[in-house]
Amino acid sequence: MFSAKNWKILKTPLGRENPITVQVLGICSALAVTVKLKPAIVMALSVTIVTAVSNLVIAAIRDYIPDRIRIIVQLVVIATMVILVDQFLKAYAFDVSKQLSVFVGLIITNCILMGRLEAFAMANKPWPSFIDGIGNGAGYGMILVIVAFLRELLGSGTVLGYPVMQKLGVYSTGYVNNGLLILPPMALIIVGMIIWFQRSRNESLIEKK
Amino acid sequence: MEHLLNIFIKSIFIDNMIFAFFLGMCSYLAVSKTVKTSIGLGVAVVFVLLITVPVNFLVEHYVLKKGALAWLGGSFAEVDLSFLSFMVFIAVIAAIVQLVEMVIEKYSPALYNSLGIFLPLIAVNCAILGAALFMQEREYQSVAEATVFGVGSGIGWMLAILSIAAIREKLKYSNVPAPLRGLGITFILTGLMAIAFMGFMGIKL
Repeated sequence: MFSAKNWKILKTPLGRENPITVQVLGICSALAVTVKLKPAIVMALSVTIVTAVSNLVIAAIRDYIPDRIRIIVQLVVIATMVILVDQFLKAYAFDVSKQLSVFVGLIITNCILMGRLEAFAMANKPWPSFIDGIGNGAGYGMILVIVAFLRELLGSGTVLGYPVMQKLGVYSTGYVNNGLLILPPMALIIVGMIIWFQRSRNESLIEKK
Repeated sequence: MEHLLNIFIKSIFIDNMIFAFFLGMCSYLAVSKTVKTSIGLGVAVVFVLLITVPVNFLVEHYVLKKGALAWLGGSFAEVDLSFLSFMVFIAVIAAIVQLVEMVIEKYSPALYNSLGIFLPLIAVNCAILGAALFMQEREYQSVAEATVFGVGSGIGWMLAILSIAAIREKLKYSNVPAPLRGLGITFILTGLMAIAFMGFMGIKL
């Protein structure tokens, strides 16, 4: 089940092959949902589930998909999964579903999904494809959670709604929340910083001039 | 009229696809290396949005919405197909992109050669599906409103990709720290541009 090769498939998307900072996939929806930690976690879980299951389905039927219409087949599988996730969220987590608004639907056009289906699931067995989906979803989720944690902590002074900054009593020393962090531009700048940090640690990722 | 102008300005500057909602970031980052290619992609996005948003609006109003099928007869008046909207929107977009590609190839080979490679890419551009979903969420009332919103969003997107491409062309001559080169600095630049665009917030006509 978990051979050394499968562990590698699971682990590389977390670091060296991260979908957001290295492969540059799926940024569209990544940034808009990171104002608060909770929607970011829900979004990360949804994307992981959709990626893993559609990878599994496509890998299972990959020998029967005619090459010319494979994009449509992939879109149908993805859209079905996204509809399921969306209906599930509307039924059991309505407030989060409202916060995510159109971004659940936009998982369909999330490049991670198409990218992984094309690059991995079309050429591999179902089980490794499933693991690849989990790994890439987790790599995507990791960045989402880091960005959302920083934005919520520094922007609103809370973590998952719990008033951390107030409990620590830093407001009495003259500390104020940075309102800029809850506005869209800072998501881009934080991701830029994460990329900077990762590439200065791992020099093989630096782009050639 | 004034109302439409308001939607237009708002969708270009205030609710800009890139700077406010990060939609279409993938192709924005991948294709913004030179001004020439980004003009091609920008025009293609405006064009596709101009067609897909009104078409999706009609589909939404006459097929998907609760009670939208009433024109088929009384027994259909209660049908609510809105849970299918993702699948229908993406199918409509993919079909229209394909059609547009064939029509342009037939009637204007010159335009086809310049847009050619970008058109198929657009079917999976988040900005296109995003515009359709925003059109649904914001409940625009008429085809005119939906069209104006579509074109405005497209122009806003084109404005963003053109300006970042122009900056990146100049950036080649500057000395960026090695780990920030390429992707990192583009992110930070986009962030700074987004801060500038926030100056438009609150404008109302």
